[in-house]
Amino acid sequence: MANGATGIGARVKRKEDKRFITGKGKYTDDVRMENQAYAAFVRSPHAHANVKSIDKSAALAMEGVVDVLDGHQLTGDGIGNIICGWAVASKDGSPMNMGAWSALATQKVRYVGDAVAVVIADTQALARIAAEAVEVEYEELPAVVKADKALTKSAPEIHDNAPGNLIYNWEIGDAAKADAGLAAAKHITEMEITNNRVSPNPMEPRSAVATYDEAEEHYTLYTTSQNPHVARLVLSAFYNVAPEHKLRVIAPDVGGGFGAKIYIYPEEITCLWASMKTNRSVKWTSDRSEAFITDAHGRDHISTAKMGFDENGKITGFKVDTIANLGAYMSLFSSSVPTYLYATLLSGQYDIQNLHANVRAVYTNTVPVDAYRGAGRPEACYLIERMMETAAREMGMKPAELRARNFVREFPHETPVIMTYDSGDFDANLAQAEEAADVAGFPARQAEAAKRGKLRGLGYSCYIEACGIAPSAAVGGLGAGVGLWESAEVRVNPVGTIEILTGSHSHGQGHETTFAQIVAERFDLPLDNVAIVHGDTDKVQFGMGTYGSRSGAVGMSAIVKAMDKVEAKVRKIAAHQLEASEDDIVIEGGEVKVAGTDKALGWHEIGLAAYTAHNLPPEMEPGLKESAFYDPSNFTFPAGCYICEVEVDPDTGTTEVVQFTASDDFGTIINPMIVEGQVHGGLAQGIGQAMMEQVIYDDDGQLITGSYMDYTMPRAADLPFYSVHHASTVCPGNPLGMKGCGEAGAIGSPPAVINAITDAIGNNNLSMPATPQNVWNALQAVTASQAAE
Amino acid sequence: MYPTKYTKAASIDDAVKALGADEEAKILSGGQTLIATMKQHLAAPTGLVDVRSIAGMVGTSLDGDTLVIGAATTHAEVAGSAEVQKHTPALACLASGIGDPAVRHAGTIGGSVANNDPAADYPAALLALGATVVTNQREIGADDFFDGLFGTALEEGEIITAVKFPKAQAAAYVKFRQPASLFALVGVFVAKGSDGIRVTVTGAGDEGVFRSEALEAALTGDWSEAAAKGADVSAEGLMSDIHGTAAYRANLIKVMAARAVAAA
Amino acid sequence: MTKVKMTVNGKAVTREVSGETLLSEFLREDLRLTGTHIGCDTSQCGACVVHIDGKAVKSCTTLAAATDGAEVTTIEGLANGDLHPMQAAFKEHHGLQCGFCTPGMIMSGVDMVNRYKAEGREVTAEAVRHELEGNICRCTGYHNIVKAVQDAATKM
Repeated sequence: MANGATGIGARVKRKEDKRFITGKGKYTDDVRMENQAYAAFVRSPHAHANVKSIDKSAALAMEGVVDVLDGHQLTGDGIGNIICGWAVASKDGSPMNMGAWSALATQKVRYVGDAVAVVIADTQALARIAAEAVEVEYEELPAVVKADKALTKSAPEIHDNAPGNLIYNWEIGDAAKADAGLAAAKHITEMEITNNRVSPNPMEPRSAVATYDEAEEHYTLYTTSQNPHVARLVLSAFYNVAPEHKLRVIAPDVGGGFGAKIYIYPEEITCLWASMKTNRSVKWTSDRSEAFITDAHGRDHISTAKMGFDENGKITGFKVDTIANLGAYMSLFSSSVPTYLYATLLSGQYDIQNLHANVRAVYTNTVPVDAYRGAGRPEACYLIERMMETAAREMGMKPAELRARNFVREFPHETPVIMTYDSGDFDANLAQAEEAADVAGFPARQAEAAKRGKLRGLGYSCYIEACGIAPSAAVGGLGAGVGLWESAEVRVNPVGTIEILTGSHSHGQGHETTFAQIVAERFDLPLDNVAIVHGDTDKVQFGMGTYGSRSGAVGMSAIVKAMDKVEAKVRKIAAHQLEASEDDIVIEGGEVKVAGTDKALGWHEIGLAAYTAHNLPPEMEPGLKESAFYDPSNFTFPAGCYICEVEVDPDTGTTEVVQFTASDDFGTIINPMIVEGQVHGGLAQGIGQAMMEQVIYDDDGQLITGSYMDYTMPRAADLPFYSVHHASTVCPGNPLGMKGCGEAGAIGSPPAVINAITDAIGNNNLSMPATPQNVWNALQAVTASQAAE
Repeated sequence: MYPTKYTKAASIDDAVKALGADEEAKILSGGQTLIATMKQHLAAPTGLVDVRSIAGMVGTSLDGDTLVIGAATTHAEVAGSAEVQKHTPALACLASGIGDPAVRHAGTIGGSVANNDPAADYPAALLALGATVVTNQREIGADDFFDGLFGTALEEGEIITAVKFPKAQAAAYVKFRQPASLFALVGVFVAKGSDGIRVTVTGAGDEGVFRSEALEAALTGDWSEAAAKGADVSAEGLMSDIHGTAAYRANLIKVMAARAVAAA
Repeated sequence: MTKVKMTVNGKAVTREVSGETLLSEFLREDLRLTGTHIGCDTSQCGACVVHIDGKAVKSCTTLAAATDGAEVTTIEGLANGDLHPMQAAFKEHHGLQCGFCTPGMIMSGVDMVNRYKAEGREVTAEAVRHELEGNICRCTGYHNIVKAVQDAATKM
């Protein structure tokens, strides 16, 4: 069933592009309902305070203000608290300390931006003006913003049920074995490593348009979601907005997500509830400043780590202690990020027998922290790969050589931190990257740069991640509140065209193209005969959405399963009508044929036969529509090697990424053009985290980086052309052999960048982001220590 | 935004009248700062008086050795002006580096000068080149015009109509951009003029744009990169923020000055 | 309220607007041309870029009232029938993912190429990167956007 032009492996141009390049995309803020009003939130200017009183009178007196609603009204109507859906217990067996989070705070505010009331008004401008007229009296409380400080005795307590601000104290691996391994080591590398807090910043700000139909007691929510079905489930089952059959959630075109649009935030809940309270459609669209104080942030770990090596450079033991800042409240998947998505990857690409990690998650007076592109895995990768590079330097070995001595080479490989790597060829990725990056030519380039007064450095990162999460029973056993399968429905219409309904959601990933490619290939049909339907709970029965690089490995696998069922039925119908054996039926060239004969039916004739039902096999139901749920058997394990080459201007500390080389193992690739685009975007975010991006709070909990005036977004001039390559092994765990590609770039790149810069400047003491100022300061330290010698 | 009344002034008189009628009204020239500020509710003028359609406010011309730039001339127009490129190429270069292309199509020299943002580029040029700010009432020398953060010598109802630049023997502007905003973290303008060498710094001073005595002293007599790099630039009086400590800014001042000398 | 008359995508438009109405609001809400997007509030992301009298400007930092008499082109009006070469190049080179920044990127790209052609300057990759400093994309890492603009420059 070769379909070279559009099938698996073809660089098909995207079907969805036309509407975007002509300005016809339909995003949530483009939706306008009849009788629409606008919401603006009254937010706390304090990081930590008791709410003494709310005076709405001035706002309510303004002409055009529909209502001003507060948290007492919200909870009075039975709207439930926002929950974290993944239960992570402490090592002593006690459950995590989840503090109450109301969509509108009633007694206490816990971060700058915590909403206490909402104004509903006829226009957006008026709503915002009226929100400023709501007078809230606060009693300020001391605040804490840093994770390590939150654990100190003097830190203010943020939630009553979280003594010492501790959410959980969790561990994985074997501490005694790790200690013994370190004790036996010839060399120990020890580091303190900070993973900087960043803001996801999808370019489309979050938005919600909620409509209540009083007669039907039914709600419709247009929203910027990566997973509309999960949103509906949570809004129904936990927040009591409406039962599921009375709530339709539509995520139309969504302008990027990167994790930030997984969660169900206070604003969406409030808009739904307010639409019922006011009997108006209620629209809220965040501006960028509001996004910085409401969208879940990412990363923010402080770790200490020790890695021991024997005389041959083999790792003898690895111990990690991490404090993870989860912000003021536990967001939807926050608990899983620094545990099951982080510590389980601490074995990296290496055969480490003795490994232990301890993770303490804490509350602080900051925006909640949750999954951001990579979610836990970038933190793990950064830690391991900084350790490996540093250890190599300390031991006088080539960084690539030290890594290669420790590579896992036999699969399946069980790590001491509960992962079973199923496939990979780490040597191949390393070799490919080194060749493409012309590592051999680096010394000459470095010497040439030196003549120009520039410091040139080279850094590696060999990453592995776990994607396609994951077997439902397994994650359930680890505390997940949901199953992580995916669903699909394949509808063959009477004229033979096909609609694929998927629970995955595309917000830039190109599903409308890649999903169609696997269907067109399977049934050998023109790509244009296949349409992808997603993002609407009234159309697609259920789905888990798109995050964790799961839409290929899990979402497409569900489509394959449903196509298996369709094909079986097609064979039966064809065999019946053509009087042949099912085994002799072949599907190709738009026809369903009997092999070795000239007997054939057009694909469209099969569709028509199924729906006219005039001549179907006995007992067969009419129609040609099948659905499937696919539950993976394991995570998938994309891996690869990234090599970054930089030039530092010692006068200013400005660093230029002059070359970035990626060799990835993503398993089967459906559309290389789209996969490369995913890598490019991931690399830009990873390089952004490494060199530019950082959310900064002052000690009082005021956000300093609250707009693009102070939060540095990577721009075109900051980034190079990327050199992207693939050396793939097939994933044995799913029918297409896919591993996932959405997060790799963001996971693998930060350590490569920092390893390169520290190589260039000769000072390993450099934290992300390596801004010009930070690099310059690190260079001054080198100069000062040389002067002292 | 808070409600505001928009008036398109056809003449200076028109504009003066509109400003006189509403004490809270502000002049709108390019709006690239003012509108952004209004959107964030940090400013709420009840009136905006648009001066861009006033005759004679747009354009560049040479009057003998003096370059005259209309106040409502956009950065893009300054950058592309043959007169500017001939008279003071450094000024065209400066204008071509303000903000981004879309901002340069809207922002104007008069707006930038009147706003006197401590990280704006034009104030450094005016001060280094010894320019004259022309208003509907008088002419003000750059030395007397800029007054601390966002402060100027402008009175109520006073409207900048043009900026006049004398010719310099040599001039250049080099800036190091604040990575997020792309404003100047440090911008240094060096000029050799009739009254000697002037070196001005924007983006770095606690009190806004300033002349660097240290660099002027170092470069007078030794107009060289080495002299600039070796100047005794103090961190005292310099801004410190997340993008740059005073010490880092002090270093950048020397480095940018050296590069400017090389470019001049 | 101020009466404004302008040409938007070749069509004459007359409306009453309040003084504070931004051009972006006017386009999106009054004319329902929702291809012009708002991605920030500090004039940096460039998702709102349109052309006024042939020049790229940020419509989120432009008053509708001040646009009286102007000729405005938005992403919806860029092409005459078929795709503009810049639009086609973005598709051809996979220069977009989520599509949100795309209208602004395309409008800035067209503006840049027009200027460079008029000045006889070469549209190098470095120049494209520099000229796009007022447009932020979070999806593509810019690699394919730069290629798209360069390719479109050969066809415009």
